[in-house]
Amino acid sequence: MKEKSRPRLSKALTGISGLDEITLGGLPRGRPTLICGGAGCGKTLFGLEFLVRGATEFGEPGVCISFEESGHDLAMNVASLGFDLEKLQRTKKLVIDHIYIDKSEIAETGEYDLEGLFIRLDAAINSIGAKRVLLDTPEALFAGLSDVGVLRSELRRLFGWLKEKGVTAVITGERGVATLTRHGLEEYVSDCVILLDHRVQNDAVTRRLRILKYRGSTHGTNEYPFLIDEHGISVLPVTSLGLTHGASKERISTGIAGLDDMLSGQGYFRGSSILATGAAGTGKTTMGAHFVDAACQRGESAILFAFEESPQQLIRNMRSIGLDLGRWVKKGLLHIEAARPTAFGLEMHLVRMHHLLAEYKANVVVIDPISALLPGGSAHDVHALVLRVVDFLKQSGATGFFTSVAVEDDMQSTALSISSLVDTWILLRNIEVNGERNRVLYVLKSRGMAHSNQIREFLLTPHGVQLRDVYLGPGGVLTGSARVAREAEERRELLRQRQSEKDRQLSVKVALRSLDAKIAELQAEKEARENQLIAAIGENEQQKAALLADRDSLRRSRGMIDSSGRSPRPNGRESKP
Amino acid sequence: MKPVKQTKAKTAKKTKPTEPRYDLRLYVAGQTPRSLQALSNLKKICEEHLAGDYRVEIIDLLKKPQLAAGDQILAIPTLVRTLPKPARKIIGDLSNTDRVLVGLDIRLLR
Repeated sequence: MKEKSRPRLSKALTGISGLDEITLGGLPRGRPTLICGGAGCGKTLFGLEFLVRGATEFGEPGVCISFEESGHDLAMNVASLGFDLEKLQRTKKLVIDHIYIDKSEIAETGEYDLEGLFIRLDAAINSIGAKRVLLDTPEALFAGLSDVGVLRSELRRLFGWLKEKGVTAVITGERGVATLTRHGLEEYVSDCVILLDHRVQNDAVTRRLRILKYRGSTHGTNEYPFLIDEHGISVLPVTSLGLTHGASKERISTGIAGLDDMLSGQGYFRGSSILATGAAGTGKTTMGAHFVDAACQRGESAILFAFEESPQQLIRNMRSIGLDLGRWVKKGLLHIEAARPTAFGLEMHLVRMHHLLAEYKANVVVIDPISALLPGGSAHDVHALVLRVVDFLKQSGATGFFTSVAVEDDMQSTALSISSLVDTWILLRNIEVNGERNRVLYVLKSRGMAHSNQIREFLLTPHGVQLRDVYLGPGGVLTGSARVAREAEERRELLRQRQSEKDRQLSVKVALRSLDAKIAELQAEKEARENQLIAAIGENEQQKAALLADRDSLRRSRGMIDSSGRSPRPNGRESKP
Repeated sequence: MKPVKQTKAKTAKKTKPTEPRYDLRLYVAGQTPRSLQALSNLKKICEEHLAGDYRVEIIDLLKKPQLAAGDQILAIPTLVRTLPKPARKIIGDLSNTDRVLVGLDIRLLR
């Protein structure tokens, strides 16, 4: 934003994908730019795309002065890229003038200049109010005219004139042996020079672009790969100039419940990059398939780049673990893009990814395996490619899942040394013990979230991947049969514990019950005693009554009882008062 | 061939210039010294060597720029011989008479 306050060089967007990023806004407006390179490296196409994009996307009509090919030939050449030059000419957005000189029908006598060229160019520019001009390539004039001195001075005048005219011009030039262009056009065009290159590496052709100079502006200085496909020219990297991508807090499922749990129960961050490394047969593709399946279940769009299997093969294989990817393909949610890594150069792969991502607006991208690209270029190239893939996925907010084949002994050094680029790294391993091989996984890192430190065994079941607890035995982790045995033992132990628990409860119950019985017995005894007591008391009373009765009857019989019935004092004191 | 040509030229001149043998066009851009030089050189050559059996059209591209494309005019001045066929072009101010004559494929009358 500081830049805005400063006066800046006015630039004209080229519309060529990637180039405007590298040049930070396009070619210098109102100035000539030289594009040089060897035969077949795309100079003419570059220029034409500049004109066509200008006419169709930026409302700037253009003039093409072709010194080599006729207008019809040019139109035919670029028709496959979707550029309709004839229509643009009909709608007055483009003028193509073919200028040629046949030396055999021309004689030179005396002095001349190239005013005719200027007049034609001027007429063409004025006829449609052109803002852009392509000269392809004025060097052809050197073949037709013998007075090089005149030609040079006229070319110098031409470029000056173009500048004065205020048109943004692109001039192409064939690469010379020791010079940028065969006839030294770079001497006249000094504002911006772009070099195109074309080289064969490991049997694959790589096109490269470099901005040699750009007066008055900063620009990317590297050599950037570019390619020409049905969408025109694409210069890479399209997006890896900065680390400016946003970071989503949203979490998305890995598609494997147990793995979600390992990543604090919620899975990956949306828009992050996940790497799964492991040796052959550790289940990398399966992890990717699970992730894709989960995305499609959420109704999101996904792309799976398969470098080792055909789509049909992949769908069949995944069906064996209960994942039906075919239905997502039918629904249009999943696109499986299968290609041999060696089918194209690295750049082509990257551009295809770009185009597909834009076409399908994918939320989830799986590349299986990314290490398959390794033979396609030097380690440096592949690393740069992966960097770009990671960057552009992040930039577009898509979540990327990459698998990578690693050597079993050296799990942590991925061949691509991309581990530092990714946010979550899952390591898959084979554990060989007790004559069997078992799969385990663990989360080596996962930026920005709590994650499990446990090594977990996982099984490929007909219902997908299932994670198992891993037991630690005296010899290390227990997996496979050892784990199963351990699990059985645990179950037995549990059973035993339950049994003894039951026994104990029972014995207490028995004790309680016997106590109850004792209580009942004592109660009964107590009652019996009470009864006895009552009985004894009753008996006593009766005895007393009987004694009295006996005594009465005795007294009566002795006549000692008065008529009142009161018994007289037995000791005679009664008679005294 | 020399005598044939001569007689033909003469007859053509005498009868009527319905269709002159030489049809020439001189492309110029305004009244520059070089253009004027070319024009005067051309006149001289025509008078001396074509014996009136010719037609010269002078086209000023500053006035009619659209005509430049038709004859693929690039250099100024350019002299185009449209007749007889095939067309030939001579660029420059025509100061070298011999080369002009060769270029126009004109045999010397002398």
